[in-house]
Amino acid sequence: MNLLLGKLTLDQIPYQEPIIMGAVGGGALLVLAVAAAITYYGRWTWLWSEYLTSVDHKKIGIMYVLLGLVMLLRGFTDAVMMRIQQSMSLDPNPGYLPPHHYDQVFSAHGVIMIFFVAMPLVVGLMNIAVPLQIGARDVAFPFLNSLSFWLTFSGAMLINASLVFGEFAKTGWAAYPPLSELSFSPDVGVDYYIWGLQISGIGTLLTGVNFLATILRMRAPGMNMMRMPIFVWTAFCTNVLIVAAFPILTVTLALLGLDRYIGTHFFTNDGGGEQMMYVNLFWAWGHPEVYILVLPAFGVFSEVVATFSGKPIFGYKSMVWATVAITFFSFVVWLHHFFTMGAGANVNAFFGIATMIIAVPTGVKMFNWLFTMFRGRVRFSVPMLWSIGFIITFTIGGMTGVLLAMPGADFVLHNSLFLIAHFHNTIIGGVVFGMFAGINYWFPKATGIRLSEPLGRASFWCWLVGFYVAFMPLYVLGFMGMTRRLNHYPNPEWQPWLILAAVGVAIIAVGILCTVLQIVYSIWKHEELRDTTGDPWDGRTLEWATSSPPPIYNFAETPQVTEIDAWANMKANGGGMFVRSTPYEGIHMPKNTPAGLLMGLFSIGLGFGLVWHIWWMVGVSAIAMIAALLVRLFDDDIAYIIPADEVKDTEMRRLAGAGQS
Amino acid sequence: MTLLDLPEAHSLHAKQHPAAHEGDAELTEKTVFGFWLYLMSDVVLFATLFAVFAVVGRNYAGGPTGQELFDLPYVLIETAVLLASSVAFGFVTLAAQDNRKQATLLWMALTFAIGAVFIVMEVYEFHHLIQEGAGPDRSAFLSAYFTLVGTHGLHVFTGLFWMIISGIQLARDGLAATVQRRLGLLGLFWHFLDVIWIVVFTEVYLIGVL
Repeated sequence: MNLLLGKLTLDQIPYQEPIIMGAVGGGALLVLAVAAAITYYGRWTWLWSEYLTSVDHKKIGIMYVLLGLVMLLRGFTDAVMMRIQQSMSLDPNPGYLPPHHYDQVFSAHGVIMIFFVAMPLVVGLMNIAVPLQIGARDVAFPFLNSLSFWLTFSGAMLINASLVFGEFAKTGWAAYPPLSELSFSPDVGVDYYIWGLQISGIGTLLTGVNFLATILRMRAPGMNMMRMPIFVWTAFCTNVLIVAAFPILTVTLALLGLDRYIGTHFFTNDGGGEQMMYVNLFWAWGHPEVYILVLPAFGVFSEVVATFSGKPIFGYKSMVWATVAITFFSFVVWLHHFFTMGAGANVNAFFGIATMIIAVPTGVKMFNWLFTMFRGRVRFSVPMLWSIGFIITFTIGGMTGVLLAMPGADFVLHNSLFLIAHFHNTIIGGVVFGMFAGINYWFPKATGIRLSEPLGRASFWCWLVGFYVAFMPLYVLGFMGMTRRLNHYPNPEWQPWLILAAVGVAIIAVGILCTVLQIVYSIWKHEELRDTTGDPWDGRTLEWATSSPPPIYNFAETPQVTEIDAWANMKANGGGMFVRSTPYEGIHMPKNTPAGLLMGLFSIGLGFGLVWHIWWMVGVSAIAMIAALLVRLFDDDIAYIIPADEVKDTEMRRLAGAGQS
Repeated sequence: MTLLDLPEAHSLHAKQHPAAHEGDAELTEKTVFGFWLYLMSDVVLFATLFAVFAVVGRNYAGGPTGQELFDLPYVLIETAVLLASSVAFGFVTLAAQDNRKQATLLWMALTFAIGAVFIVMEVYEFHHLIQEGAGPDRSAFLSAYFTLVGTHGLHVFTGLFWMIISGIQLARDGLAATVQRRLGLLGLFWHFLDVIWIVVFTEVYLIGVL
């Protein structure tokens, strides 16, 4: 061990691996190209002041979504590599990925997709929509919001660094001990996992606190809890889950880290350690986590289905109570992830029944969406397509979930590809479809540009068809006895199904390409696709009462809410937002600050130093983080006033834009 | 009807939006609420550690037990010290409310001193255990013990650091609204650590020597 570089040596860089070096080279070229473009167009100052240091929830939301989409490309590449490997690796063919590399690929795929794709997309959409929907000017703690984003970003960068320096975990995304203990995983892979998730997890926890305070304390006058848009309700429940569940993950990872760094015996084979305690703790966080992801997706569908059916959501109250019920039940089902632990028939029966009960409130939601569409004037725009695709796909995934909830069936299907098919069915059919619906729905609001419809449709159909072609074979393979995470296999009957699944992934790849093209094309054609109205979908909730994109202060005057669907209500009553009789007033807003960005960047150094045991780097980074925080805390000059004239000009322009439509 | 119509209700509301012209009182209320939420997440964090101790707290792996290791009178003094520091912080709050800057600083210095005694006592206890070969790597019981008590100690240490920062701000700005608000949060944090310690004392030490 050396003092300067810890465990890091030159031969930890896998320059002999063409696949990894190709990926690294490609990534580096992309970053350079983006940097060159920014320099060429002279946009560094703009980037710094409008985005990197911004404390505006809308800008932070856009950055979250961008991070999620970029990481989607990496997580999806991992998926493609796995599918290609399994389509060819029938014995005696070893395929092209050696086991040690293949194991990293499936671990990275799971970690990236959950923590750095789904989470940023969910938090990003909450950032863009929640403050606007409740008629607020920002979140409760804007600086904390910026810090949350940069900690999430840093976690993602740490995971990416494992491509170049050393390796990633070979343990699967849940990193069960004793495999993840030092004696069986002596390399740095698990350490990247621990610190990447710890840093981003703290960011997520701060987001939870921030949004709970925002939703409970900053709603417009008249918007009591039972008048909140359903998306706000689901965001509320998600943040309750974050605050209640993420500390469990923090502790679990910390204990695993202590085992690895100072030789404690929480989960080791010797010294009285208890591996199943890790598994219990992991899923005590992990099961609420799947609802953290899917509840906001349910919220998006509720907004989209109501808007595009031109009706209020059917059964508002039952929708709210279904959400609350799911929130509660998500905490009493964790054991269904390991019925095979052998806790006994009574324990398994309890958790099996609790799991099946969750299907009831979820079913209530399904029927509410269907009844909302029933006799509505449904417009089949892109967000609506995603929603209908979701209703069908998620129902299938939900039913296979109820099947797995039977402990007897689970003993047969545990860790088989049936399980893999089930959870991809719900996560892709639920969360991913929901996020794409939300991105298509709110893109015009966040950026002022509508996304191209034809490319959006193409993306949807590729995803939908590709999903079924890729994952239905996995259900079949599960029944045929194939287990998860196989590098190669002896059964020739499996291969045709695995080739079919690989074809499905190719179709999804076209779908992802269409999404990228859709965004690039829409930005390129932004003059034609500009949304001047602020309300391109004939929306029902308050975010559509502002211009697109909204001014930094969102609302010049606080909206008054008297009913559910406040904006639809205002439009129906012939009013609108708002020319005021009283003169415009100056608006008090928080100033931008680089403190969140700096703390985030220093946390990369902190994590990297901890992974490689470079203790001076740990010390310097920790002190730098504290220093950045203290500078921020001692700064009194953190807010400014937007002058009344400027507010008036902005509002006049908005009204002129809306009036033209 | 167009967008330019002006429904009267819109211009009548007297209540300002929370983010607009944010009054200090409103900001304080919002911040205290947010800090409460953070403390609730900290409760879950400690609850998880208590659960871990409950699961592996008797896995001695042939090593020493709590009954052999813990010196109950010593821990009782530790407890009394921590509670005394909480009382002292109560006087910080009272002095701050009365706008007495010097008194606030003095009481905070006292709180800091008593809190530091607690930390020193805990470090001494840890050191002593490790010297005896009962370190965190000896058994799952000791792993859980050091982690739970150490996490509480880390919180107390953070509180002490926070007091230094607050002391500097107090000396610089006096009892301005920002300083008052932060002292309020620090108070919540400090008393919260007492509550946690009571549970530590009961679950780890009292039940441990039974």
